[in-house]
Amino acid sequence: MPSRNNIFRQVDWFTIGLFLALVIFGWMNVLGASYNFDQTSAFDFAYRSGKQLVWIGTSLLLGMVILMLDWRVIDLSAYILYGIMLVLLLVTPLLAHDVKGSLSWIQFGPVSLQPAEFAKYTTALALAKYMGSYDFRMRSWRDLLVPFALMVVPMGIIMVLQKETGSALVFTAFLLMFYRQGMSGYVLLAGVAAVGLFILALKAGTIAALVTVAVVALVVIGWYLWQGWRDNRKWHPQKIFIVLGIAVLSAGYCAVCGYAFEHVLQPHQRVRIEVLLGMTDDPQGAGYNVAQSKIAIGSGGLIGKGFKQGTHTKMNFVPEQATDFIFCTVGEEWGFVGSSLLLIAYLALILRLIVIAERQKDMFSLIYGYCVAGIFLFHLTVNVGMVLGLMPVIGIPLPFLSYGGSSLWGFSILLFTLLRLDASRFEKMR
Amino acid sequence: MAIAIAVVLVFIIRLFYLQVVDDSARDRAESISLVKQTIYPPRGLIYDRHGELLVYNQPVYEVLLVVRDMTRDQPFDTLAFCRTLQIERSVFEQRMADITDRSKNRGYSRFRPQVFMTQLNASDIAPLQEALYKFPGVSVRKRTLRDYTYAAAAQVLGSIGEVNQRDIDNDNYYQSGDYSGRDGIERTYERELRGEKGVEILMRDNRGCIQGPFKNGEEDLLPLAGNNLTITLDIRLQMLAEELLQGKIGSVVAIEPQTGEVLTLASNPTWDPAVLIGRRRSKSYQQLLSDPTKPLMNRATQAQYSPGSTFKTLQSLVCLQEGGITEHTSYPCSGPGSTPIKCTHHHGSPVTLLNAIEQSCNPYYWQAYRDMLEKNGYGKNNAAFRARYQLWVDDVRSFGLGSRFADSDIADQSAGSIPTAALYDKIYGKTGWRAITIRSNSIGQGEVLVTPLQLCNLAATIANEGYYVTPHLIKSDSLLDNVHHTAVEQRYFPVVKQGMARVMTNGTGRWYQLPDSITSAGKTGTVQNHAGKDHAIFIGFAPVENPQIAVAVVVENAGFGATWAAPVASLMMEQYLTDTIRRKPLKEKIAGSVLNTQVRKLTGEGH
Repeated sequence: MPSRNNIFRQVDWFTIGLFLALVIFGWMNVLGASYNFDQTSAFDFAYRSGKQLVWIGTSLLLGMVILMLDWRVIDLSAYILYGIMLVLLLVTPLLAHDVKGSLSWIQFGPVSLQPAEFAKYTTALALAKYMGSYDFRMRSWRDLLVPFALMVVPMGIIMVLQKETGSALVFTAFLLMFYRQGMSGYVLLAGVAAVGLFILALKAGTIAALVTVAVVALVVIGWYLWQGWRDNRKWHPQKIFIVLGIAVLSAGYCAVCGYAFEHVLQPHQRVRIEVLLGMTDDPQGAGYNVAQSKIAIGSGGLIGKGFKQGTHTKMNFVPEQATDFIFCTVGEEWGFVGSSLLLIAYLALILRLIVIAERQKDMFSLIYGYCVAGIFLFHLTVNVGMVLGLMPVIGIPLPFLSYGGSSLWGFSILLFTLLRLDASRFEKMR
Repeated sequence: MAIAIAVVLVFIIRLFYLQVVDDSARDRAESISLVKQTIYPPRGLIYDRHGELLVYNQPVYEVLLVVRDMTRDQPFDTLAFCRTLQIERSVFEQRMADITDRSKNRGYSRFRPQVFMTQLNASDIAPLQEALYKFPGVSVRKRTLRDYTYAAAAQVLGSIGEVNQRDIDNDNYYQSGDYSGRDGIERTYERELRGEKGVEILMRDNRGCIQGPFKNGEEDLLPLAGNNLTITLDIRLQMLAEELLQGKIGSVVAIEPQTGEVLTLASNPTWDPAVLIGRRRSKSYQQLLSDPTKPLMNRATQAQYSPGSTFKTLQSLVCLQEGGITEHTSYPCSGPGSTPIKCTHHHGSPVTLLNAIEQSCNPYYWQAYRDMLEKNGYGKNNAAFRARYQLWVDDVRSFGLGSRFADSDIADQSAGSIPTAALYDKIYGKTGWRAITIRSNSIGQGEVLVTPLQLCNLAATIANEGYYVTPHLIKSDSLLDNVHHTAVEQRYFPVVKQGMARVMTNGTGRWYQLPDSITSAGKTGTVQNHAGKDHAIFIGFAPVENPQIAVAVVVENAGFGATWAAPVASLMMEQYLTDTIRRKPLKEKIAGSVLNTQVRKLTGEGH
């Protein structure tokens, strides 16, 4: 039986290597993005590059500690952590100071932490614990009620009480895991259709969306009729009724979309969506971030301007260039080659996480693994998509690259917990 | 898995489009985050022929304001600021309104320095610089303007001023607010003097604040200083000419005959070139523009006069060359009773060429001109006469008269006028004019017009016996190659020179012989004109055997050439050849004579 002493023989060094490469590359870009002429040292803690070094060091320490833990501790503490986190999330808005309209930051002496960054972790653990238990079976939609609740409760608190939409949306990453665990693909399809219709209703108008719904419904019904005629006139009226029902629901949804857009969304969120959809063109206003970000990335060219040579990001034209828009700095200073390599590194990480998840022998670890992979994929997609102008501006960090302690700690804990579980996979088999 | 791969693939394609396919972003990024700041090169200095520094650079100061910084921490002390700069509060308010008005100041930004005042000299700016700490957002920037060692040669040297829109459109070297040579040498040799601007590339942040040099200044371009120029003027001679012209309207030109180098190009009234520097410029320029004596006209090159009797030197040469007279030909003169042109002098009769030059005998030149033109009779439809007239025109023009010196670097020349046959055809009809019709030409009146520069060049050509080097202002070997030979052969020159020498020994110039037995040659002229008294004119050169200086002098409405122009030329020769003036009383007398009470020299303080 492998003991704790040889954890270093069992742990997945490939993932740790990727992790180290990403945080070091991230640190270089934080330095590149915030470096200025007065700064004498890259290691001065008065500057972001110096602070990020501290975050990286403490993250490594956290990772080591997690690797030292007995895996059973993780399993046993899942619900406890989830409960503590819920309380913390509820308390946070009361203690938080307002940061750009968001009530998600708590000050601890010289550092600010964002509990929402850790809520992903506790939720993933709780989901894994619940869905990985021996008596959990995914037989009908009723079985999904509890997991959905586990997911939606922290999400709701973060979105409504803390006004932190970006961090809340990350929880939808768990849908990927649900899908892996047997949730119908139609749920994902419905999600995609809902987003599609939403865009259509806003861009082309409610009428056009309704017409589209009607046309799609007619085509599907026609398809069923033709199928029935082909199969010796065996009709399936219930199918047609289902389609009609969905069509009516969709139509209602379309009608609600316009109203929701105008009256439910915050004004800044409305503007972000409008700019993304090209409904308003305002490079000086709300579209400024994205316009400047695209200019910065585009100016990098094939091989980039070189380390610390990015003029656009460095001179603050891109807001949040060390945090949410760190990918701009990568694009400007390292060019197409560098940013593509970075994306491939992320792809390698995510694929590796899926491989790790798949090789787990117990459901708890497997589900947890998929949660982690889903979260990384979601962050990558939304963050890089935003910076490249393919997605609305949703302020979530790029894992391991963005400046900031909470997110780096959060991602490190997520990752090292999985590595800890993975290292004991043979042990758990017995 | 497939989702992750698809997402990354889409991103890479998007990156490829943004970074490799679409290359507009790089320029946009640079235009946003890089500021290219011009570093002005020092303009070339100007020296006279003896290496005397004439024009150099002086620092001037501009007051810049960053509007946001002015009131960020405390209210701006407008009153103290105005007092320090010695301006009215209303001036300050007007200027601020102009600066912040984007329709007048397109590049306005609250965060970037705006030009509040320009062209302040060191003493204007000193109080502000001491008190700068009291005025946040105010800074001082140094540029250079011209300054002058001597308050002389204003028209020749010219001045620099801000470029206008046309300059900017024609030459992309210039940007709004740049200076360039506006006239004189400064304009003619602008490309030599201006040098190459340097560029300092700075990075600015999103608020427009300069953060520091781009790539540690590796891509900066150092400015290249303008070339220094050595001009042909002798500044002492120039200053003497300007002194002698005081209180008079007129001009003095002196040329070194062998080289065509212009030693003096003086026009009066003139001004101290320092008055066209900096902030005084536009006010001074308005004063010069509205002055009734028209100082802005460079009379030495732009004023056109009848040459009067000085033209007889050229008439002698042309008539000898083309036949009609020889140096032994003599004509009768009946003094003031002569017809059709009377003589203004009393002398014996008949007269030969030498006497005619010495005594400036009008009847001689009328008869010689007539015989030259009528040598072949008139012919059918005056064809023979017209052919002779054309010969005369061509010969006269070969001395540089009737047109500008195209291969010269002297700015603002007038062409003068040598009347063509076509002109007389227009007035009198094709067969309606004969020698007697145009007799005034014979004595340099009538339709013949010359500039003082052309007159001096005529004197130089006679001194050289048949050729001239195009008069020019820059010391340069290539300009010495502009040699022009006259249509009159060398062999006809000595007798004319001898006649001109006799003018100075026995004739109208005899009162102004040079000291130390230095020989000189000359010819006076007294030119009738419509505006008051006659113009006094003189051309000459010295020494006769080995001419080193040719001079032409015109004093408008002064009277006899012998009285007012000859002494000026004589003093010029003395100064140039002996490096001093021993005839001090003569100099004092000429310099102190005020012939036109309107003449004023616009001068600057400190000179």
